[in-house]
Amino acid sequence: MLQRRSLLAATTAVLAAPAIARAQTVQKLTFYYPVAVGGPIAAIIDGYCKAFQQETGIVVEPVYAGDYSQTLIKALTAIKSGAGPQFSVLWASEIHSLVDQDILVALDDIGLDADAKRWLDGFYPAFMANSHAEGKTWSVPFQRSTAVFYYNRSAFADAGLDPDKFPTTWAGLATAAGKLTKRDPSGRVTRWGVKMAGDLGNAQWTFGAFANQAEQILMNQAGTEVYFNQPKTIEAMAFWRSLSADHHVTPEGVSNWPQLSPDFLEGNTAIIQFTTGGLSNFLDKAKFPFGMAGLAGKNSPHTVVGGANMYFFRSASPAERIASLRFARWVSAPERAADWSAHTGYIATSPAAYETQIMKDHIAKVPAAGVGRTFLPVATGELSVHENQRVYKILTDNIQACLNGSKTPAQAMGDAQSESDRILKPYKRT
Amino acid sequence: MRRETVCAYLLLLPALVLLAAFTHWPTAATLIDSLFATQHGSRPAPFVGLANYLDLIDDPVFWQALRNNVWYAIATIPTSIVLALLMALAVNEALPGRALLRMAYFLPTMLPMIAVANIWTFFYTPDYGLFDSIIALFGGGRHNWLGDASTALPAMVIVAVWKEAGFFMIFYLAALQTMPTDLREAAALEGSSRWNFLRRVTLPLLMPTTLFVLVNAVINAFRVIDHIIVMTRGGPDNATTLLLFYVYETGFRFWDTATAASATVVLLFIMALTAAFQFGVLGRRVHYR
Repeated sequence: MLQRRSLLAATTAVLAAPAIARAQTVQKLTFYYPVAVGGPIAAIIDGYCKAFQQETGIVVEPVYAGDYSQTLIKALTAIKSGAGPQFSVLWASEIHSLVDQDILVALDDIGLDADAKRWLDGFYPAFMANSHAEGKTWSVPFQRSTAVFYYNRSAFADAGLDPDKFPTTWAGLATAAGKLTKRDPSGRVTRWGVKMAGDLGNAQWTFGAFANQAEQILMNQAGTEVYFNQPKTIEAMAFWRSLSADHHVTPEGVSNWPQLSPDFLEGNTAIIQFTTGGLSNFLDKAKFPFGMAGLAGKNSPHTVVGGANMYFFRSASPAERIASLRFARWVSAPERAADWSAHTGYIATSPAAYETQIMKDHIAKVPAAGVGRTFLPVATGELSVHENQRVYKILTDNIQACLNGSKTPAQAMGDAQSESDRILKPYKRT
Repeated sequence: MRRETVCAYLLLLPALVLLAAFTHWPTAATLIDSLFATQHGSRPAPFVGLANYLDLIDDPVFWQALRNNVWYAIATIPTSIVLALLMALAVNEALPGRALLRMAYFLPTMLPMIAVANIWTFFYTPDYGLFDSIIALFGGGRHNWLGDASTALPAMVIVAVWKEAGFFMIFYLAALQTMPTDLREAAALEGSSRWNFLRRVTLPLLMPTTLFVLVNAVINAFRVIDHIIVMTRGGPDNATTLLLFYVYETGFRFWDTATAASATVVLLFIMALTAAFQFGVLGRRVHYR
């Protein structure tokens, strides 16, 4: 008996030896990273990778793969051809689609000890909202944001509004935007009250906030159902449409995301709905005092979270997975998350980061940097379902049809619902 | 003799390998893929016959993409060819600053489409973009060129024509330069008017060039979508979705590779049909000797 046990132990030791050897031989990890802004952000990431290498000896090579959707496409294509990265920063809301692609490894399967579980509990719950599927955790919050309003304080003063009192309700927003919309004697608008993005890739994000403002969540947690034809969703669509059709405070048709920051900086638009991640750029370039405020809701402010998480791929070896997770923990430590937030404007992913000296100093210097996170308690997760991009497209087409006046809000949302139902049918298990 | 054949094939080999690897094999693979369902995970994809094509027929966005593409082709092809011809005739004359003018006409061709699309995004910017600024001088209002379903596709057509006309002009210009001058002198002696000379001599002599340009223009109308991706992403509400953009979206955004493959086959079929028409019917008529 004793002999057999020691034999077993010896065998296990022999079998485990290659695994240990492998773990020690992880020298290099590659991850894909979307650079939406360019330049400085790449330099910051490079700095983190160097510091991580000095501490652990593991080389982490970031591959800047274009914007969010390009990174997603490149990562998936690379993995399908068998030569992918070990992990990647990708849209948080893609979780269900990525799980369906059968390429991810869950954090639980990489291995989470009690310490690691505490680490995951340390993130803002709103940022973990898009991380769970099928009873497992699949991603680590990294580059996170919420939708906020940026507003031109001079324009507020100019229109006789108090720049310190930003409206908190839809009615208040419509009234303020009306005062901010300026026309020349011929009736041409020289300054728009408010703008939000309705182009593909952004419309669903804008709309997620509107729906939450009417206190409607757009999907179930499993990502198998959408609630587009609910009365509150239609009400949200109707309000968006009314900003141009009834209040004339935003242009007819679709406003595109890339146009929002130039419009704001040019003084063409007084209020824009944008990401907290745009803060550094505005601090750099705005020639007027501006403020940041929570999105007005039907009754009170509500918003939506956005941004990207770190996902880990099954194609990596067990040792590489462990090393990747180690990097994720290292880079999301409070000090580093604070440093990241201070340099980029993204919201630090954990409350602990806001307790660090770096963050306190930064907020003392740039008060706007503290605004975004105060709305996390009233933020909802991003629209995230199976066949995510396809449902986004359906929703966006119908939002655009409504904004262009070719469908009523009820028609648009009804069509979006029935088309999405058709797409999601195979995923519904009763 | 035999030795020569072997030698000839060896010389052809590099081109054959490239053609087979990057043109013929992908075409065959697409055709095969279009008969199978999309692969999910590690399970092999089942054979579904023509089901993907039936799905395509059911998809209103596919039909809209096809319709858009036909309108886009009808609008861009003749316009850019006529414009190219006019520009070539203009800069073929002896006039001061001719080199500069040729350069200016050719400039759009040298820019990458991505850069062109970004420049034109600014031109189309509502309120303070180039076009709205000019229109404002005459008291006009605001236009959401790219955000309005009725103006978005025409806006894309204008970008394509602007980009392509200069390229086609080069071919016309080259053809005009090689045209013997004694034809013109003979016509002048006969007392033929300039219009008559253009109609009876120049245009027929340019027909082979026109055929070549036409083939290129048709291909480009179905092939170039960079400006769509940069400027509208097919929006608003699919108003600017062209066939290839539809394929790209279905394949690489929705990962529905089966539907993308069958849409690609439809696209290839259209291209093959127009090529057959151009070379078979038009090609026989253009050789003016």
